Amino acid sequence: MNGSLWEWQFVWEALPILLLAFVKVTLVVTLLGSAIAAVLGLLIAVARRSAPGPIAAVITFIVNFIRMTPIVVQLLFVYYAFTGVPPVTLGIIVFGIHYATYMAEVYRAGIDAVPVGQWEATTALSMSRRRTWMAVIVPQALRSTIPSLGNYVIAMFKDTPFLLAITVVEMVRAAQLFGAATFRYTEAFTLAGIIFLIASYPTSLLIGRLEKRLAYK
Amino acid sequence: MTPSPTQHEDPTASEPSTHTGAITLPNGEIPAIRFDGVGKRFGDHVVLDNLNFTVRKGDRVTLIGPSGSGKTTILRLVMTLEEANEGFILIDGKPLTHELRGEKRVPLKEKHKNEMRKRIGMVFQQFNLFPNMTVIENIIEAPVHVLGIPKPKAIERARELLEQVGLPDKADAHPTQLSGGQQQRVAIARALAMDPEILLLDEVTSALDPEVVGEVLGILRDVAHNTDVTMLIVTHEMQFAREVSNRVLMFDGGQIVEEGSPDELFSNPQEQRTRDFLSAVL
Repeated sequence: MNGSLWEWQFVWEALPILLLAFVKVTLVVTLLGSAIAAVLGLLIAVARRSAPGPIAAVITFIVNFIRMTPIVVQLLFVYYAFTGVPPVTLGIIVFGIHYATYMAEVYRAGIDAVPVGQWEATTALSMSRRRTWMAVIVPQALRSTIPSLGNYVIAMFKDTPFLLAITVVEMVRAAQLFGAATFRYTEAFTLAGIIFLIASYPTSLLIGRLEKRLAYK
Repeated sequence: MTPSPTQHEDPTASEPSTHTGAITLPNGEIPAIRFDGVGKRFGDHVVLDNLNFTVRKGDRVTLIGPSGSGKTTILRLVMTLEEANEGFILIDGKPLTHELRGEKRVPLKEKHKNEMRKRIGMVFQQFNLFPNMTVIENIIEAPVHVLGIPKPKAIERARELLEQVGLPDKADAHPTQLSGGQQQRVAIARALAMDPEILLLDEVTSALDPEVVGEVLGILRDVAHNTDVTMLIVTHEMQFAREVSNRVLMFDGGQIVEEGSPDELFSNPQEQRTRDFLSAVL
């Protein structure tokens, strides 16, 4: 039985283990990381546009620094810098901040796409800066950004295996451990890939449909 | 500015400028708008140079002139969408964006500018309605969040205004579901909901199909007849200028070339440049 390349028995054995790791770690990190990235990214985009020059320049520098360094380096850095914090928490924060810098660019493009006449109308109506952002600019910017943000969520989802660098047992690490215990790596990694595919593909279709629905009729 | 034959009509022309406190006309009246030595450049391009003029409260002043003559810039300066490089703009006797302190021209605080803005409304060529809000949300946004009017009261007033502009059944529509003419009527209602003392109309019919121009102008004619709002109008519709305004300023090269009542100016222009312009548009 150990001689063949593929044994279904190990697929059924690995499935519950991988699904559990998927739900408990991969999905949780992706959802919480995305939430942090979406909110922080918007704050970065708004701050870069409305903060005084020097502050905006500092934010731009930090954003570029984060974007220009690999996420694995960032994960390893915080793992050794903050030893008391659970690695999965660090992972969520690092993914959140890392992807916030990318989402900030998406928001920036969305904000820039709001016609200048909209800003002028808010001035003509004496609207406050805060209200202008919250009631007019952000809602309009979001429409054009949601599909691109969704694509970054999928990208983050596929990046979660990097967490194995900091000892987090997400789905791929669980597959590796399963393989180490049973000497059946092929089934475990294939299954992990298929679970990623099954989760990503419908999500990308959903984003495509959302894009169509959000266009102003 | 070179004095034109009709310049004596400006009762403040000879008054010294003080910029502090209210500036009154000889009869004790404070003008709605006063431009005092206003200059505006975009880079090297001088749009307005040492411009002086006064608009009295309740006046309906139409600015005419070839494109690029600075008419729209004047409206945008009053709405604080642009800021002048020189001189002072006074609204109801109070400085709008800059004041003279000692010998220095100093910018005023954002808070002051915001207070001044509340007294001024503007309707744009491209309507600029908020597409993420319904018609009624567009109209009540500023009354509720800027003036602090309770929402039910603001909605009631918005419905009256929609009635007035002939769109009583469009309250819950989105701007993108409306025609250009309908959108512009909503934009007029939105501006009026703030009860402005000054209403700026920037080529409000230029983006409209010819067949709906009439309905928009009709509404503005009603507004002119039923309220005492001061209007500053930039338009290419000379018939509208004639019906609504009591004063026409002809601009060219950032200067007032000629001014007068619409009847005087349209039937008997004194300046060659006015005659050339009118023969081109009429």
